[in-house]
Parts: sequence; C-alpha cells; structure tokens
Amino acid sequence: MPAPVIAATNLVKKYKDFAAVDGISFEVAPGESFGLLGPNGAGKSTTMRMVGAVSTRTSGDLSVLDLDPNQFGPEIRSQLGVVPQSDNLDSELRVRDNLIVYGRYFGLPLSHVKARADELLAFAQLEDKAKSKVDDLSGGMKRRLTIARALINDPRILLLDEPTTGLDPQARHILWDRLFRLKEQGTTLVLTTHYMDEAEQLCDRLVVVDKGTIMAEGSPAALIREYSSREVLEVRFGSEKNAEVAGMLDGIGERVDVLPDRILVYSDNGEAELVRMTERGLHPITSLVRRSSLEDVFLRLTGRSLIE
Amino acid sequence: MSEQARTGAVKPRRFGGWYVAEHRFRVMRSYLQTVLVTGIGNPFLYLFAMGVGLGSLVSQNLGPDAVNGVSYLQFVAPALLCSAAVTVTAEEFTYPVLLGFKWNPTFYAMNAAPIAPGQIIDGIVYSVIVRLFATCGIYYVFMLFFGAVPHVWGVVSILVAMLTGLAFGTVVMAYVATIEQDSGQVAMLMRFVLLPMFLFSGTFFPLSSMPWFLQWIGWISPLWHGTELSRVFAYGASEPLWLIAVHVLYLAALFVVGWAWTRRIAARRLNK
Repeated sequence: MPAPVIAATNLVKKYKDFAAVDGISFEVAPGESFGLLGPNGAGKSTTMRMVGAVSTRTSGDLSVLDLDPNQFGPEIRSQLGVVPQSDNLDSELRVRDNLIVYGRYFGLPLSHVKARADELLAFAQLEDKAKSKVDDLSGGMKRRLTIARALINDPRILLLDEPTTGLDPQARHILWDRLFRLKEQGTTLVLTTHYMDEAEQLCDRLVVVDKGTIMAEGSPAALIREYSSREVLEVRFGSEKNAEVAGMLDGIGERVDVLPDRILVYSDNGEAELVRMTERGLHPITSLVRRSSLEDVFLRLTGRSLIE
Repeated sequence: MSEQARTGAVKPRRFGGWYVAEHRFRVMRSYLQTVLVTGIGNPFLYLFAMGVGLGSLVSQNLGPDAVNGVSYLQFVAPALLCSAAVTVTAEEFTYPVLLGFKWNPTFYAMNAAPIAPGQIIDGIVYSVIVRLFATCGIYYVFMLFFGAVPHVWGVVSILVAMLTGLAFGTVVMAYVATIEQDSGQVAMLMRFVLLPMFLFSGTFFPLSSMPWFLQWIGWISPLWHGTELSRVFAYGASEPLWLIAVHVLYLAALFVVGWAWTRRIAARRLNK
C-alpha cells in the first residue's frame, strides 16, 4: 500500500466530559474512496472536522498529507476540498461569484479562478445558473455547487460530510454520478453517510462508527459477508404478533432479528426460509426477500438500525 | 507529498486577510447604491439641517461665534464627521459578523479553505477601513463646500473620524462575535448604545453643558473622544496636551483591543 494520505491513531475529541470521538484509528490510501458509516451523533462529522484541520484533537495522532493539522492547518487545507453537512454557500453572491471568491481564498490568480469556475459549473451541470442567486437554487443544485466550490483548488482529498442528506432520489443519483466521475479521475474521497446504499455505491472501504468508536472495517462486500448473510427475508405479521411469531421460528434462518414493525431472517436462501415458514403454518401479511445490505451489518453490530 | 501543501499555503498565510476583504468588497457591491446614497446624502442633509438650519438659530441668539469661539456649523461639523464614521462601523462590524457566524455561516467556509479565523476578522477590518476612508473623505469634501472647516489641519480629522469609528466598531464586533442566540441584540445595541452615544457625546453641545451626572457618558464614549480630537484639528479648539493624549490613546486602545479580542473569539468559535 502506498503511503496513506490520512492516518489517524487513537483519535479522540472531547467536549468537556463527553467524548464525541473516542479513540478511532484508520488510514486512507491515495485515490481511495473511504467512508465513515454511522447514525447521527456517531462522531463522523467531528472526525471530518479534525481531518479538515479546523478542529483541534483532544488526543491521539493525526497526519494529513504527512502533516500535523495542529501545526499546518492552512497547508493541509490548501490541498483539501470540503463539502460540509449544511450548505454554507454565500447567499449574498451569485452562483459563479461563489466559486470565484472561494478560489481566491486559496491565493489562486483571478484569471485562473474564472476559467476554473466555468469548467466546474459545467461539471456541476449549472452553466445556465451562473448568474442566479444562490437562494433560487434547488437543494440538489446547491449541493452540486458546494461540491464545485470544493473542487476549485483541484484538491488532493475531497471531504464530503453527508453529501446527499435531504435530497430527493433523482438529485442523489445525479450527485453520485458526479462523485463517481471524480473517483474515476483518482480524487481521494472521504465521506460520511448514514445511507447504506450511498456507502455501497461510493466507498471502496469503510468503517462503521457508533458512539465515537469504530465497530468494523472493510469493503462493503466484505463487511456484509462477515457480519450478515447473503440474503435477508423480511416478514411482517402485524406489530402485535411479530414478537410472538419470532418465538416459533427456531431452526429457520441463520439468525433472526425482531424489529418493532418486522422480522428479519438472515439466510443464504430467503425464498427457502419463507417456504419453511409457511410449512409451519405461519403466514406473514407481507414478505420480501432481498440481498443483505450495510444496514443489516449495522444492526448486527449495534443492535440498532441506522436511521431511527 | 507535504511539499505541495507547503507551497499551497504560502499566499493564504500572507494575504488571507486581503482575500477576505476582497470578498467583503464583492458583497458591498451588491449594496453599493445604499453605500453611495448614504455616503453622499447624509453629509448634505446633516450639515444643512444641523449646521445651516439649527446653526442660524444659534447664531441669531448667541452671535456668529457662539460655541467655542466658532460658528455652530464649524462646531458641529467635525462631530458629525465622527458620527458618520461610527454609523458605518455600527453597520459593517455587526450584521456581516452575525451573518458569517450564524445566519449564512460563510466564516466556516472560509476557514475550511486555508484562511485562519484571525484573518477573517482582519479582512473585515481592512474592508471597513477602505469604506471608512471613502465615506469620511466624501463627508470632508461636503464640509469644505459648506465652509465648515476654518483650519487647514482639518484634513487630519478624516483620520480621527476613521479611528473613532474603528474604536467603537471593533469593540462592538467583539461583542457581536460572541452572540450564539440572536434575539435582536444588534437592534438593541443601535437603539440603546449608538443613539444615546450620538446624542450625549458633545456632538450638538459641549459636554460641559450637560448635567455632571451625565458627563461620564462622554468620557467612556469613543465618539466624544474622537469629536474633541477632530475639533482640535478642524478649528483649533483649545485642549490641554494631556487630554489630547488621552483621546488618542483611548481610541487606539479600544481599536487594538477590540480587534485582537475578536480574533481570539473567532479562533475559539470556529475551532469546534
């Protein structure tokens, strides 16, 4: 493995007595697409801010591009692109000016920044919005503009904190497509998400984070292999009866999880488990066989679902 | 790997504050009309109303060199100049700061780029200095036009007014930078600090003609110190040397302390 662009060892961030990040370690290789998957409040954003050299760590070691963020904040930030969780585009400036002004913060010459801004507007599919006011853009457009802004300095690493939270499915897919292109071009991506499908789509490797610690690490496929079955059978017997029925499922599936609204049966062959179930005289109101996802991994690791 | 990063931060480390100022100028361009209208309209209206209007009433009753040995217009003009500077800073050091930390948190975006928190504050100060210079310069031209400056050294009062505005404004900025929950503090500040300061800082009548128990307002008011100082330059008002020194030091101290203090607040607030 080539020298990592980010290396964190026992990283801790405390707010008074509360440890938002409680001793996490990970490395990100150049060109890799790395994800932090976890529920809200897991410590993902705090980790991102420390990596982004805007938040001082409480303890542990952190190096970004071989530099310590405590001493070399501006140096590190000159090589990063940051897409924060909530848009902080400048609503007093028009779309194109947002890019130009941001480029100037990196000390880039105005002529260069102007040309780059036009390229990025094309990349973000916002060419016809160049003169629009930021507030007139849709949520998806704002996100794309934020990503364009983060690319103004040709960053070595792009940090994305919950890039598609709050977007409708179509806007998410457009955004994923843009991010996938960046990945193909070799940009290192680090993203946080609580959407398992996003993590599966975009991440080569990820860590599952909960309560400030890392629960598991690996590629999406490896994590699913390790912590879940190939398929999941979801059955609903009605919220009153789910728990009662669960007691009668001995021998069905590798493992069974009872959620308030449904029962999850983990198995390599979901259809076969459903047949065995009906043979016992258990007839669910609805049933669904699907492939295992990171959601199941998370449930297995923490006993909670990702989006509550 | 780190070589590229070191090169990338050279210019932001050196000029970061100016990049932020550049941002402010671009934003100001969106309210350029307001800047121009107030910059040109205010001196005309105030000098005409106070100096010529009220002034003629004063000179009818007390003679043409009624106050401090000069005409009322000449007495009031340097004070109005300083007030204009304070008005600019009361605007530029409040809403943009509240906005950048809270309502449209662009300061966080700047800080995610290689700009340090202190440089964000520097940039605001630089941009305000430029706007102050323009505003006070225009005001001074109007003062000349109205014949309100008998003294050739009067031009120095432009700098005095700028310093007055900065002394008041940076301290206010430090306070505004600490506001996490906005419940209209800035509007209160305008009403209960700026307005009384404007009225009771020896602007329209000498501080000594106020009852003694109100005179402390003048002593703590940067506007009074600035006004007194600018009168020395504008028409040679007689002021003991020690008091001139007090005026200069007090204004400079507020400016420097307010600026440095805001830098610290910004550094703490952005590093979460």
